[in-house]
Amino acid sequence: MAKPTRVKRVALAGNPNTGKTTLFNRLTGSDAKVGNYPGVTVEHQEGRLELPLSGGVLLVDVPGTYSLSARSAEEQIAIQAIAGLSPIERPDAVLVVVDATQLTRNLYLVLQVIETGLPVVVAINMIDMLAVRGLSIDTPTLARLLGVPVVAISSQSGRGLDELRAALDFLLRDPSRGTPGPRWLPESPELEHDVNAVAAAIPAAWHCDEAQRRRALALWALLSLDEHDELRGASPELRGVVAARRKLAAAEGREIEAEIIQGRYSWIDRHAAQFLVERPPTRPSTTDRVDRVLLHPALGFSAFLLAMALVFQALFSGADPAIGLIESLFGWVQGWVRELLPAGLLNEFVCNALIEGVGSVVVFLPQIALLFLFIGVMEDSGYMARVAMLMDRLMKAVGLHGRAFVPMLSGYACAVPAILATRTMERRRDRMLTMMVIPLMTCSARLPVYTLIIAALFPASQILGFLPVQGLLMVGMYLFSTVTALVCAAVLGRTLFKGPKVPLLLELPPYRMPHWPSVLRMVWQRSRLFLTQAGGVILGITCGMWALLSFPRDPAVLARFEAERAALVAEVDPARRESRAAEIEVAEAGELLRTSLGAASAAAWSPPSSPWASIGRSASACSAPSPPARCSSAPWAWSTASARTPRRNRRRCGRNCGPSATGTAGRSTRPWWGSP
Amino acid sequence: MTNLDTLAPGSRARLVSLGGERAFRCRLMELGLLPGTILRVVRRVDVGGVLELEVRGCRLTVRRGEARLLLVEPN
Ligand SMILES: Nc1nc2c(ncn2[C@@H]2O[C@H](COP(=O)(O)OP(=O)(O)OP(=O)(O)O)[C@@H](O)[C@H]2O)c(=O)[nH]1
Ligand SMILES: [Mg+2]
Repeated sequence: MAKPTRVKRVALAGNPNTGKTTLFNRLTGSDAKVGNYPGVTVEHQEGRLELPLSGGVLLVDVPGTYSLSARSAEEQIAIQAIAGLSPIERPDAVLVVVDATQLTRNLYLVLQVIETGLPVVVAINMIDMLAVRGLSIDTPTLARLLGVPVVAISSQSGRGLDELRAALDFLLRDPSRGTPGPRWLPESPELEHDVNAVAAAIPAAWHCDEAQRRRALALWALLSLDEHDELRGASPELRGVVAARRKLAAAEGREIEAEIIQGRYSWIDRHAAQFLVERPPTRPSTTDRVDRVLLHPALGFSAFLLAMALVFQALFSGADPAIGLIESLFGWVQGWVRELLPAGLLNEFVCNALIEGVGSVVVFLPQIALLFLFIGVMEDSGYMARVAMLMDRLMKAVGLHGRAFVPMLSGYACAVPAILATRTMERRRDRMLTMMVIPLMTCSARLPVYTLIIAALFPASQILGFLPVQGLLMVGMYLFSTVTALVCAAVLGRTLFKGPKVPLLLELPPYRMPHWPSVLRMVWQRSRLFLTQAGGVILGITCGMWALLSFPRDPAVLARFEAERAALVAEVDPARRESRAAEIEVAEAGELLRTSLGAASAAAWSPPSSPWASIGRSASACSAPSPPARCSSAPWAWSTASARTPRRNRRRCGRNCGPSATGTAGRSTRPWWGSP
Repeated sequence: MTNLDTLAPGSRARLVSLGGERAFRCRLMELGLLPGTILRVVRRVDVGGVLELEVRGCRLTVRRGEARLLLVEPN
């Protein structure tokens, strides 16, 4: 099948946090995630951009990098998308987005990309910030010096985007406009020798037909390759040459890396005066004034703790109304369907497996959405980088990186997106270690189970007259899981995942007002991820449990328990009735499981060994009025629960106090730490 | 000449040399922290055990232990 002309690819490169994803969204109308936290784009994503002359073009959003040198596998992905080593298609042009307020540092990457010989267009983003920072940039002069098109834009307001599209369009038409050749050449003959020697050893697989590209890759190899990198595809021969040249240079008292980096920066510094005018700020910036408080030795940490407390309070009490709404909605749908469908297997499957399953997934959404709302605001405002900074000492003590704190924090809501978030870390070892301990954090799915157990075992009371016991216990559970995770990280980091410590080099972005459309879009994306990824599993398990409980069908057992339930009506004490009903449930589910799993495995599932049964018993023993009925939303707690839940008990744990049990426990499950 | 971690908040200095692992040095240099660069210690954040630096108009965080590897000439 002959392909027509290949769709042109444009890579979107730039330092972290320069607004690439914002620009990508603007240009393609797609909805990639944006955050004011360096390193938010972790995989590259593609979108279509229509240009008048070149037609449809594929725009590729790439993770931010400070340079083209790479050490980790992720950085290599970014570099491959920009410079196109071999496995990935080489882009037809590179759109380098630079931050106008940090021009000189950003130009380092621009010089590197120009050296690779790919057609380049530079977008100077955030020009709206120039006046604020007392800077001005002479764009035409910069374009002349660099030899590539330069356009000043603001991807947030959309300023300059038409010019940018036009520049890109012309460049794709005539690539020579953006390929001026290297701006900088090795000054010393020794360095020239090193580069030539390495260039000769570049593997054929990297398709270096032109000398310029070969030299660019040689410079890349000299900066990137060493014994600790995780890069793939570099031949042993190339590694050998690089190591040999480095050794030789060291013997002469030179450092190749410093010479190369210095070479590029001195080009920038030599020309900076021609395109950049800086007026020293007359008063401290807003960011400085905010940081004076938020990074203050005492105030800063208190503010951080306060922020975290706020997040948790909101997670636990703020999500409650929405959870209640979802529960009643699903209960209503369930009742409606039950009436609608003829009684039988299909009815049971739809009501008890499908609707139940979907309901137990959706019921998590409020908490997950809220947590991601907080994370989104923290990322977009720039506070997240400060959090990583504040937490670095603690994280370092257990062998992790300050950056691991953010994914671990997300672990409180759901381990699935939290594990995805570990990709922002540079080193494989750190990522693996963080991924290993995230599941130990108390995710929100465990919250109802804790609520259930605590409500069942500890009647609501106060210590010292005002501290709610149940609230304290809950905080204790969270502390315990956090400490466990940290201790495990410390142990694993010193044993299985031993490795050199990585330096913390964190950029602190200026504070910005959160950009609400991007924050909300991110919340939606993460929630969707939860629904599809975790939800599928939860739904599958619900259906599986339903099948286990339903087959083979033993009418005798069903009838016996039905009779027991009927006998309950005689019970006058509503609390006792509730508790007895729950016991019957458990017994019935256990019995049914026994018939379907066979006697051998039944021992493990039998009600006496089930936590729910024992809670039920101890709860009635200490005469707490509301024994937990069911935990339909905790996936691992389904040993005896779930599919056969009667209507009145089909509630999320923690809200399981039936209408009849509005005693102390009824009040206690909600405002625990708010008003005792 | 002194180590960067000993500087008081607010002081300026010229970077003289970088120590430490090769990759660490490369990272710093590519961020613009080359010998001869002027930098400023913005603040010390003791809770996190880090320093905040200003280099070429941008803010960077380095750990105190890593800042010790940088030799500077205060001015
Ligand atoms: N003032 C201003 N802020 C902007 C502009 N463009 C983007 N931002 C903000 O810059 C921050 C970073 O934007 P992103 O688009 O996530 O940056 P990125 O380059 O994709 O970042 P990484 O994926 O982490 O490399 C966000 O808070 C944006 O709202 C702009 O033109 N002006
Ligand atoms: Mg991005």
